[in-house]
Amino acid sequence: MQLSTITDNLDLYLEGFVGTLQLTALGALGSLVLGTVLATMRVSPVPTLRAGATVYVETLRNCPLPVLAVLLAFGLPKLGEPIRSFSFFTWAVLALALYHAAFVCEALRSGVNAVAPGQGEAARSIGLTFPQTMTLVVLPQAFRTVVPPLGNILIALTKNSAVAATIDVTDITNQTEFVINDTIDPLAALAGAAFFYLLLTLPTGLLVGRLERRTAFSR
Amino acid sequence: MTSRNLLRTAAGLAAVALAATACGGSSALDSGDGASDKPSFAAGSTMARIQQAGVLKVGTKFDQPLYGEKGLSGDVEGFDVEIARLIADELGVKPTFTEAVSKNREPFIQNGNVDIVAATYTINDKRKLVVDFAGPYYVTGQSLMVRKDDDTIKGKDDLAGKKVCSVEGSTPAERIKTEAPKAVITLFDTYGKCATAMENKQVDAVTTDEAILLGLVSKKPDAFKVVGDTFSEEPYGIGLKKGDQAFRDFLNDTLEKIYEDGRWEKALKATVGKVQDDLPKPPAVDRYTAS
Amino acid sequence: MTALTAYGDPLGPRGRRRTLIASVLGGLLLLAIAAFAVDKFADAGQLDGARWEELLSAEGAGAFWRGLQATLKAAGAAVALSVSVGTLMALGRLSENRLLRWAASLYVQLFRALPSLLLILFGFFGLPALGLDVSKYWALVLGLTLYNSAIFAEVIRAGVLSLPRGQTEAAYAVGLTRRQAQRLVVLPQAVSRMLPSLVAQGVVVLKDTSYGFVIGYEELLRTGQFAGETTASLLQAYLIVAVVYIAVCFALSQLARWLEGRSARRYGQAGVSVRGVEDLSTGG
Repeated sequence: MQLSTITDNLDLYLEGFVGTLQLTALGALGSLVLGTVLATMRVSPVPTLRAGATVYVETLRNCPLPVLAVLLAFGLPKLGEPIRSFSFFTWAVLALALYHAAFVCEALRSGVNAVAPGQGEAARSIGLTFPQTMTLVVLPQAFRTVVPPLGNILIALTKNSAVAATIDVTDITNQTEFVINDTIDPLAALAGAAFFYLLLTLPTGLLVGRLERRTAFSR
Repeated sequence: MTSRNLLRTAAGLAAVALAATACGGSSALDSGDGASDKPSFAAGSTMARIQQAGVLKVGTKFDQPLYGEKGLSGDVEGFDVEIARLIADELGVKPTFTEAVSKNREPFIQNGNVDIVAATYTINDKRKLVVDFAGPYYVTGQSLMVRKDDDTIKGKDDLAGKKVCSVEGSTPAERIKTEAPKAVITLFDTYGKCATAMENKQVDAVTTDEAILLGLVSKKPDAFKVVGDTFSEEPYGIGLKKGDQAFRDFLNDTLEKIYEDGRWEKALKATVGKVQDDLPKPPAVDRYTAS
Repeated sequence: MTALTAYGDPLGPRGRRRTLIASVLGGLLLLAIAAFAVDKFADAGQLDGARWEELLSAEGAGAFWRGLQATLKAAGAAVALSVSVGTLMALGRLSENRLLRWAASLYVQLFRALPSLLLILFGFFGLPALGLDVSKYWALVLGLTLYNSAIFAEVIRAGVLSLPRGQTEAAYAVGLTRRQAQRLVVLPQAVSRMLPSLVAQGVVVLKDTSYGFVIGYEELLRTGQFAGETTASLLQAYLIVAVVYIAVCFALSQLARWLEGRSARRYGQAGVSVRGVEDLSTGG
């Protein structure tokens, strides 16, 4: 185990670090958008939309991410253009977004449910319409409770972005496998990878922990 | 859970975990088999150790038609597998096969996970620095596979701007970078993914040793074809731990033995011979001086 | 049919009509998406019987069954080991000994912050480099254990902290030592309360075994891949793998949900959930 294994391959690690960062950011954005749509469907009064969202959530969160990734990357191109010409990076982002959207949806839904029904009733009793009730009373309170769970999903997403390594997308894990193969010094190579992951997950974890304590007190 | 003693439960769970492996694991082969004509080796040698263990641990490919492919029945078949069987026969033991994907092969040998690697494993100088090779026992060359209806690629010189797929940690993946510097490279862990991606038109060509490509084409003769001449020489060797000269000599002697008595040719006919008519002669064993 | 409501507000006639229209339109849209996908796959010849025949034959099913067994074996062992190590780590974090507390915290914070795939690679490449000769099975099981024991430790610790103080105080009052109180009074109740979360995390372990294919452990995904390659129907094989995984994980998830309902009845609250600890709620 030599430190030079890491320092000599620093450019590889940095390239991977940027890849992981991009996957995480785009995956988070995608899952937030899709998750919000799904959550709206799940709390909506429209039965078919509710059922559709429920099936989506139950399917996606019970499907292992590596399985989802290969299914998307090698399966969906069969649908033809323009889907066929998506890059593998795009597929990795899509897999991450689709998978975590199921969890974002559930976090948002339980956030809305966590707001006491009396709040809505009080809003209506002073004459607010349904959209007003939602935007002015329920959602601001729901948002507060969902920030920590969303933070935890972000951490999970950062770690899960390693799945991209299985479909030839440059990220920390993929680069580490090259370093292991090149140097035959797995311990140092893996320690290097761990360092770069911790650089991302630890600060987010600390931040979420603080937010968690703050919202816990304010309620 | 109503258990009063959680620690005991925890210990019990650990025991369950151990038991689960004890009864599972790889298929246990009785070492008594074939003991009748076991050759004897110097005590302390790798050969003696393998005989003691009763099994030869072989790392091979599980996804390469004709060389090492795992069928639906769960058996591995192919030329590499046959060569490993013949070596095991010479030791008087049975072989067990574990999958060694391209990028795992060197760590696999170094860590001692396997005794030998016979996995379409090209002998080259870079690898010689970390592992030793016996052989070669087969020589092929790098080539290209494209979609059958694709007439734009006729050889490696037509690859500029094309997407070319290969496997991580393999020599063809390295060489294509210099042979076709303008090609866009995609690397997966197995060739099956490359073939599927090419069917999907996500990549335009697959490059690796011609022998492997012919195997892939044999699966889908209507969809794929091999084009152009080979542009390298790939001698397949048997990888073993660096510095084990006695074991390497034994492996080289064994190869020469099976060249002479026709077992090598028989194994080749039964596997590669299924799709290739003019089969090569056995190559000369290269007893290079390990650095 | 239950009364249609919008955030607890019963709908009037106009709202009902609108909902009905939206429902029909929404249903049609979802069906159209599904029909489009199926049509495209059929066009590409992906639904041809020949592509499925071999995979769904007795021999093909046998291959998937072998893969599923290997997956369950690895997941079972990983859960058992993770709960054992996790319990020890939880006790460590709750210990009065500062050094123990610190060491257990370091373990938990480090391993829960790393991708399980990386830890599986550590099991496969790292442990042998440390002189520990492990098979692929153990590389996978130990890699999963490193990650999940950290999660289980947090789940169990949260369970302990959720107990009313009176439990420990009562145990001391009847003359139990601290250690006895933990072993006989606190931990059994904590585990019982956290059972839903423990089962839920089991689902995560089961899903993560599919990373075994990266190191060549022949679990369901890897076996499916071989089957797909040898029959030249890779996509179909992946679909079968997905269906099997979803079925098994869904059943386990339902079990966790049922347990949660049971413990909610028993403890008079909506289960004891631990924020940020259960991977099931975050997709870790």
